[in-house]
Amino acid sequence: MQDIQAAFLAAFNLIVSLDADLFDIVGLSLTVTLSAVGISCLLGFPLGALLAISRFPGRGMIVVFISSLMGLPPVVVGLTVYLFLSSAGPLGSWQLLYTPTAMIIAQSVLVTPIIAALTRQIIEDLNGEYSELLRSMSARRRDVLSTLLWDARYSLITAALAGMGRALAEVGAVMIVGGNINHVTRVMTTAIALETSKGELALALGLGIILVLLSISINAALMSLRTSMERFAYA
Amino acid sequence: MPEADIVQLHESAEHNPARLIAKLENVVFAPGARKLVDGLSFTLRNNGITTLMGPNGAGKSLAMRLLARLLLPTTGHVHDCGIAARDIALVFQKPVMLRRSVTGNLTHALKLHGVSRAERPARLGELLQMADLEHLANSPARLLSGGEQQRLALVRALAAEPKLLLLDEPTASLDPQATQAIETLILQASNHGTKIVLVTHDIGQAKRLACDVVFLHQGFAHEHAPAETFFTEPQSLEAMAYLKGELLI
Repeated sequence: MQDIQAAFLAAFNLIVSLDADLFDIVGLSLTVTLSAVGISCLLGFPLGALLAISRFPGRGMIVVFISSLMGLPPVVVGLTVYLFLSSAGPLGSWQLLYTPTAMIIAQSVLVTPIIAALTRQIIEDLNGEYSELLRSMSARRRDVLSTLLWDARYSLITAALAGMGRALAEVGAVMIVGGNINHVTRVMTTAIALETSKGELALALGLGIILVLLSISINAALMSLRTSMERFAYA
Repeated sequence: MPEADIVQLHESAEHNPARLIAKLENVVFAPGARKLVDGLSFTLRNNGITTLMGPNGAGKSLAMRLLARLLLPTTGHVHDCGIAARDIALVFQKPVMLRRSVTGNLTHALKLHGVSRAERPARLGELLQMADLEHLANSPARLLSGGEQQRLALVRALAAEPKLLLLDEPTASLDPQATQAIETLILQASNHGTKIVLVTHDIGQAKRLACDVVFLHQGFAHEHAPAETFFTEPQSLEAMAYLKGELLI
């Protein structure tokens, strides 16, 4: 019990003293996660919206496929990205393995289906309301897409948050493609796993506390934005 | 009489095709086993306001959607008479407001209509003034009152400068003051040369606005006549019963 108290105290000291190693890891985590979520939003929003408004043979299968990708095991994604980026793989010449870019790629693969699947549902619901209006205004497909995506922007925050939650908590895939190299590819989750295995509970706990606080803060900020927009009937 | 009237209108239109706006010819709409529109025929000419009247379930809203080309007939023809789909606008009974401000809703319509960025502010000002919504320009459209939303929906439809404006019971749930504001806008649009087709249950409103009336019952046009004739000498038994306030089953 005393060990745990001491670990918490040490973790607290690391945070308040703005420990360089700790904030180096936090910074890289945020860079990787936000980049991956940004890329996933760029891909997932239009893909989900397109699936929501399109009707073509095989659409149902694609929807089921993308929804099932939401539960992709991270280590399988990590392994697949590893195989692609390893020197023997098709993208080996890019020399991205064990770099933050590889981690961003792996997280984007994990997060894009989540954002695309949630976007499809959100846009499909909104399209049910807007469809006749937009058709009566002779809106072209790209106008319909842009209108729906813009008007659903506050609802899509939920999709982005779900993706961010997955990316921020992810450990398996980034461990495989990043290698958990100190000051290069070490992020909060991989550092927590490593430090715990070494018995260095202070740093692990400090990172854990920051991880939870970050997750709560980001969620709270975006949800409060959504709530205030709902009050103004924009969401 | 109804069939003869419709034929006569067709003939008249054929002699003067420039005035033809739209023509439904023996249109059947049956998405399932039941025919919701059954042999519907009437012609619209660019001569003021046409009202579609009839009891609930008569097929008035379906006729509007067929005219707007939102629905395709199962059989029969909807002749476009040279009017492109983008020249037709439809206003719904319950207006659909985009999740934007009043200005945002109008700007969206102007953008879709291809109005250049430079021209938009002037057009926007005109539309806001027309709808008397200048003081609410930055308000969220979905928080407006029913009457304000309907005025916005109407001028948003007019932003596209349609040749044919279809109004599906635009005043159904409005108070008299809001109704009057909508009717004023409808008359203004009509006076500017926009052909208006108005679905209404309100006989008083039809008398105030209509040039001609198409009476529908069970998906069929029983009568198409000038408004004065329709209200004083209805020819079909169904229209007579409707005007007497009887239930048509």
